[in-house]
Amino acid sequence: MELNLRIWRQDGPDTPGQLVNYHLDNADPGMSFLEMLDAVNEQLINNGERVIEFDHDCREGICGSCGMVINGRPHGPAQGSSTCQLHMRSFQNGDQITIEPFRASAFPIIRDLKVDRSAFDRIIDSGGYISTNIAAAPEANSILISKDEASNAFDAAACIGCGACVASCKNASAALFTSAKVTHLVNLPQGKVERSTRVVQMVDQMDTEGFGACSFTEACEAVCPQQISVNHIAQMNWEYNRAKLGM
Amino acid sequence: MTMLDAKIPNGPIEKKWSEYQATCALVNAANRKKMTVIVIGSGLAGGGAAAALGELGYHVKLFCFHDSTRRAHSVAAQGGVNAAKNYQNDGDNVYRMFYDAIKGGDYRSREANVYRMAELSVRLIDTCVAQGVPFAREYGGSLGNRSFGGVQVERTFYAQGQTGQQLLMGTNSAIARQVKAGRIERFSRHEMLDLVVKNGRAIGVIVRDAITGEIERHAAHAVVLGTGGYAKIYYLSTMAMGCNATAAWKAHKRGAFLANPSFVQVHPTSLPALGKHQSKLTLMSESLRNDGRIWVPAKSGDDRSPEKIPDSERDYYLERKYPAFGNLTPRDIAARAAKEQIDAGHGVGPMRNAVFLDFRDAIAQHGREIIQSRYGNLFGMYQKITGIDAYVTPMLIAPSPHFTMGGLWVDYELMTTIEGLYACGECNFADHGSNRLGANSLLQACVDGYFILPSTIGNFLSGRIKEPLYSTDDPEFDQAESKAREDIQKLLSIKGRQSVDYFHRTLGATLWDCCGISRSRESLNRGIEQIRDLREQFWSDVNITGGAYEPNSELEKATRVMDFLELGELMCIDALHREESCGAHFREEYQTKEGESLRNDEGFSYVSAWQHRAEGEPILHKEPLSFEAVNVMTRNYK
Ligand SMILES: Cc1cc2nc3c(=O)[nH]c(=O)nc-3n(C[C@H](O)[C@H](O)[C@H](O)COP(=O)(O)OP(=O)(O)OC[C@H]3O[C@@H](n4cnc5c(N)ncnc54)[C@H](O)[C@@H]3O)c2cc1C
Ligand code: SF4
Ligand code: FES
Repeated sequence: MELNLRIWRQDGPDTPGQLVNYHLDNADPGMSFLEMLDAVNEQLINNGERVIEFDHDCREGICGSCGMVINGRPHGPAQGSSTCQLHMRSFQNGDQITIEPFRASAFPIIRDLKVDRSAFDRIIDSGGYISTNIAAAPEANSILISKDEASNAFDAAACIGCGACVASCKNASAALFTSAKVTHLVNLPQGKVERSTRVVQMVDQMDTEGFGACSFTEACEAVCPQQISVNHIAQMNWEYNRAKLGM
Repeated sequence: MTMLDAKIPNGPIEKKWSEYQATCALVNAANRKKMTVIVIGSGLAGGGAAAALGELGYHVKLFCFHDSTRRAHSVAAQGGVNAAKNYQNDGDNVYRMFYDAIKGGDYRSREANVYRMAELSVRLIDTCVAQGVPFAREYGGSLGNRSFGGVQVERTFYAQGQTGQQLLMGTNSAIARQVKAGRIERFSRHEMLDLVVKNGRAIGVIVRDAITGEIERHAAHAVVLGTGGYAKIYYLSTMAMGCNATAAWKAHKRGAFLANPSFVQVHPTSLPALGKHQSKLTLMSESLRNDGRIWVPAKSGDDRSPEKIPDSERDYYLERKYPAFGNLTPRDIAARAAKEQIDAGHGVGPMRNAVFLDFRDAIAQHGREIIQSRYGNLFGMYQKITGIDAYVTPMLIAPSPHFTMGGLWVDYELMTTIEGLYACGECNFADHGSNRLGANSLLQACVDGYFILPSTIGNFLSGRIKEPLYSTDDPEFDQAESKAREDIQKLLSIKGRQSVDYFHRTLGATLWDCCGISRSRESLNRGIEQIRDLREQFWSDVNITGGAYEPNSELEKATRVMDFLELGELMCIDALHREESCGAHFREEYQTKEGESLRNDEGFSYVSAWQHRAEGEPILHKEPLSFEAVNVMTRNYK
């Protein structure tokens, strides 16, 4: 199939960027979206030009490395998919596709489609863990956890840290990402001990990093490849208020 | 050639590790603060080691090439992690688990290490649960288990089909906690390009900052590699795009021996390549084999859609050939059996390179809901990639390179042949012999990092408390840094006609053909020659655009492929020298009349450990394997 691509090119964080047109005439519907970009890069290499930079690794939707805005939507048109899981059969021959980086002031552009998401790591550093020493753990079955608790925790813990929620949000809020970690841990008995300090520290860090406030448009849930529910944000807010009220 | 000493503690096998721990030297807390350990890799092995060492108070510098420590390829493991908890009361214990791994590895692993892995498995699950890993649960709230390729007990712990991700989030949170405590300094997007060795001892590393392109020097009292496996050398594999051998290979070139490099596990249940554009193969967890049945049309070239082929015209070849284990035969056997069917013209799918994995009977027996609860995300993944609904139509699956049993040779303490250089997780060779059992490598990576290294590194560092860090102005650092810069300049100046990917794909195809699922003297000799030619062509014809001091993913690929092009040759040399078939290493000349592996214990019951030489062939060293706790038998899964 033939494609007309408009791809964001930008040398570095402080240089201006622009959309550049590329044409690919031998795309295959069975290709993944990233394999399609590989093909564009192969053309660029043959012309002696520098390639389009983008992050990717596992190419199976689990590492959270990949992520770009495709025709205005983070990770593109497919529901519950990361960019690497999108296949060209989702597009038509002759389509124009616009590809841009995830944009947010807390995600500075490194080059082209590559952005710096280290703010996410710093949110986790601020308290997204259970303070247990590796060898200090009690016998695993001494902590009984119901199937429901375990599966609620799992649903939240499934977040891959891709940043699409931020990119989709008009406020560039990191509420979905942060809440996923908060609720993953607070849903488990062993995570309840630090529930108050954790949520306060993580929410504060989120603000410090320059992410916006959540105004509950639910755009994030719609693009989240792991379909993390906005209910987690509601729970996080509840936990935050609870902590602030000293309950 | 020398015989290698693995420094295995004396005493009965079940006491070795506790004896070791009771007698190894320690570093006191005040002194730990003054010592720096570099850890390369943030997967379960490296990340676990970094967190554990940080907890002990060491100053840890943690490097990974990913943009975040959370993205190491451990994240992709689906099926589960083994532990001898015997929660199911089905007769499991540490010895049985040890025995299964020794037998599964076809008697080419080191008893003492394997026993320790099984022993520590019990505590691992405790640690993970305490960290918040949401493993599957029973209705009463206790932990659930399932059985996994090649064993008859249920000892596998899992979190839906995302066990690796969940374990890694546990490790990552332990890392985060130490970062906050100021004990881990984290360097994401930094790739190790060389090891710095002085007087036979590892004193630091050379890394490249992937954003600025700057080459940096870092010194340490000890260096730990947890850089993962090298199956990406085949290009098409279940590994991630960035998986590489560079850190291990550079350590090898600086003096670390590389053990059993040709032992590569081919996974029987990956998705087949569907076209030339294919950049990786996605694994379908082998837990699917618990409920799915594998078959091909009995008549070769049968083009009917699978639903239309009646049972009488299907060949459930694993159930037929291995009635005791059926669809759960170990990976190497299942993969080779699939290849046999494909080679004999029974392959299915658009490129006739696959076999069917069918859930029809399981759905009829348990209902769709149960199957969905067990494998929902895997079926979803399959549909995303292929557009096919596996609840209705059998999956297409094919063998794919997946895991490297080979790796840096380490002794019982996980130290390489370079003093002060350790290797943990998939980048060492230690625990899986010539074939890894499913769900044992998450385990190995975790126990290496969380439990073993923190003790063994202390034993080494206790003798070096008074030694200051080597200065990064040392001539050894100068030399290593110049070498890294020269390589990069050389690569960028070639400006040839072919992309890096072209060389990687060609190397991969050559290795798959010559040193893949089955090998022969002829194919291996051919492989060696082709790889040498390809390497020459690479150095005269590769085309890398962009510069050195900027983000440049083509350059990153090139520094990895340049090392793969050397490692590939050593893999062939190793496979050629091993004139027997064992585990995943199947030499066509050494098989029984029935086509089963013919192991040669008299001649080859040893670990091959290769020493690099700047000029000429590598030198073979041997670590003889002796078995005291098990009787060596011929594997029989019939
Ligand atoms: C698809 C898939 C499914 C699997 N499923 C299972 C399973 O169900 N059960 C099981 O037990 N095992 C499974 N395995 C195997 C298991 O996941 C791995 O063996 C294990 O996770 C390896 O962990 P590791 O820490 O050694 O390496 P990795 O997790 O690969 O980590 C390597 C780290 O090293 C870093 N790194 C590498 N090179 C460099 C360099 N030069 N410079 C800086 N950093 C570097 C990377 O950034 C990364 O952080 C699976 C493997 C795959 C591929
Ligand atoms: S919540 Fe969803 S969109 Fe946001 S980082 Fe996690 S997986 Fe990505
Ligand atoms: S590349 Fe790993 S999620 Fe897309």
